[in-house]
Amino acid sequence: MMRDVLLKTAEAERAVKDEKKHSIRICTAASCLSCGAEKVRKAIAEKVKAAGREDTAVAGVGCMGLCAKGPLVTVDGPETMYAEVTEEDAADIAASLDNGPVERIRCDTTTPFFQRQEKIVLENCDRINPERIEDYIAADGYLALTTAVLERQPFDIVDEIVRSGLRGRGGGGYPTGLKWSTVAKAPGPMKYVICNADEGDPGAFMDRSILECDPHRVLEGMAVAAYAVGASEGYIYIRAEYPLAVKRLKLAIRQAEKMGLLGKNIAGTDFSFSIDIRLGAGAFVCGEETALIASIEGQRGQPMPRPPYPAESGLWDSPTLINNVETFANIAPIIRKGADWYAAIGTETSKGTKVFALAGRINNTGLIEVPMGITLREIVYDIGGGIPDGKAFKAVQTGGPSGGCVPASLAETPIIRSTTNLCRSSDRSWGPAA
Amino acid sequence: MNVRIVTLSIDGRDVGAREGQTILEVAGENGIEIPTMCNLTGLKPIGACRLCVVEVAGSRKLLSACTTGVTEGMQVTTDSERLRNYRRTILEFLFTEGNHTCAVCVSNGKCELQELARKLGMNHVDVPYRYPRRDVDATHPRFVLDHNRCILCTRCVRVCDEIEGAHTWDVMGRGIDSKVITDLHQPWGSSTSCTSCGKCVHVCPTGALFEKGHSVAEMAKRRQFLPYLSTMRGAKE
Repeated sequence: MMRDVLLKTAEAERAVKDEKKHSIRICTAASCLSCGAEKVRKAIAEKVKAAGREDTAVAGVGCMGLCAKGPLVTVDGPETMYAEVTEEDAADIAASLDNGPVERIRCDTTTPFFQRQEKIVLENCDRINPERIEDYIAADGYLALTTAVLERQPFDIVDEIVRSGLRGRGGGGYPTGLKWSTVAKAPGPMKYVICNADEGDPGAFMDRSILECDPHRVLEGMAVAAYAVGASEGYIYIRAEYPLAVKRLKLAIRQAEKMGLLGKNIAGTDFSFSIDIRLGAGAFVCGEETALIASIEGQRGQPMPRPPYPAESGLWDSPTLINNVETFANIAPIIRKGADWYAAIGTETSKGTKVFALAGRINNTGLIEVPMGITLREIVYDIGGGIPDGKAFKAVQTGGPSGGCVPASLAETPIIRSTTNLCRSSDRSWGPAA
Repeated sequence: MNVRIVTLSIDGRDVGAREGQTILEVAGENGIEIPTMCNLTGLKPIGACRLCVVEVAGSRKLLSACTTGVTEGMQVTTDSERLRNYRRTILEFLFTEGNHTCAVCVSNGKCELQELARKLGMNHVDVPYRYPRRDVDATHPRFVLDHNRCILCTRCVRVCDEIEGAHTWDVMGRGIDSKVITDLHQPWGSSTSCTSCGKCVHVCPTGALFEKGHSVAEMAKRRQFLPYLSTMRGAKE
């Protein structure tokens, strides 16, 4: 019955969209907002309305990736993208709907930046409104959760994640399935699921972007995880420095609860799972899992020796599953499309895709998602567009300030999860390895 | 209840141990001494001071003996040039971080920090002294807290929480600004949770906590209560 409600909502939503001949989408993630995206959205909406175009939908959506050239706007799909749009361009865009794109501000989307990416985690980002649950549902949202709780057994879900080969995206790279099965097997009347959104490394904004652009995806991932391990309460520990992400998360939780997709008796079954938000107060160390748990408990955020690992004795001494935002964001597609589909992407040892934030002296700064195994050179030159002013590429730093620096001479090495070789300076980084 | 027995080697000696014991416990049972500071039998080990670090074959990192459990076939080294270097440097940091003037300290000659420095042959320090400005809290009618001599081992915090159950003590601040506090950083004398039991004073390894009325070198700590109380607690659990 819950499934029918979902499908009906999705259908209704799609019908509304089909009615419209055109759709104009404006990126409203933090980066574009900071350079005036909200004004652009209002201006475009005004012009469209003034032109009497009721066949055109204007919506704010999530991150389109090329943060260097914001605010970004797309018209009728991602192929027609405009970069560095201002309020003055609104009239031209509104007028262009019937007679071809405005070439003056058009952004070439045939470049490797757009073509070389493979989007799983960010699949919805540039097309759904993060503040509407109906948009997410229309994009097959919450289908994984309802399928899981209505038709599948918890051990079956854990097995699916194990077979997908997904590894923790926070930096440790611990096999996610193994962690889930450990928590699932741990005895205890109460278990918790925690989402670590305390993204502290300067220059990193993968988790923030996911939460700002597609918060429901993370909630769904957490709920599936809770069902799989037998947890009934969840926490999202997020930095207070991410106000927009917090706002959208709160809204998303409220919407999901209202639709019976979170809270008591999810989808009419006896499975209940509620999510609460905890704000970090600015301590970098609280991104470490034991310190994070102490912080949620109201204690001083300070790491404790492991073992015992949180999977055995975590929050309030109960078995606790703690995963990163991006890890949870991978769950719904894996359940929906199957472990084999996911395991076919990437390399032998590192499956799937990885989201990277490109920052610093590189032409195309922004948010990208690439399959594992891509080389560093491809990221820097093809996707990143090289170094500004034709200067020499000397080195990249992977995994934030606590990661390692990789010199240009090693740029041909593929990006995989590694605890050896090049990343020895930090065991906690996603980076290239020989 | 079945207890599994594991065998391991410590400094080349084969020893047996019950599963769940720490390296420090097993070494102690076999007469192998590992220097410790924050650890105190009867309190929960936290692995904070890192003086008990040991080398374990197969691990690149040094592991703290007080928090690392023994496993079958483990090969532990408790003494080496590398470990001696680390321990000495840690000890030097402890001395230079605070103001440890032994000559005027109530615990002179009865201090664990001083004793460890003597044992490890620390006759000078290579790192510069910081001479921080720190307070003394003498508001309690019977006890004094001298932050100058505190090494933040948190034994007082743990004994108050785990044994006395009052949780008067805690740590505030971060990094170099960390310090132990009573209640919500109120003067000790005005603390409403403190039972004045004095356990914190007697587990303190230095002269940071002492009883009023003692002069230089007079403050001997009495810890006979701890094994008794922790055994009682263990039996109850």
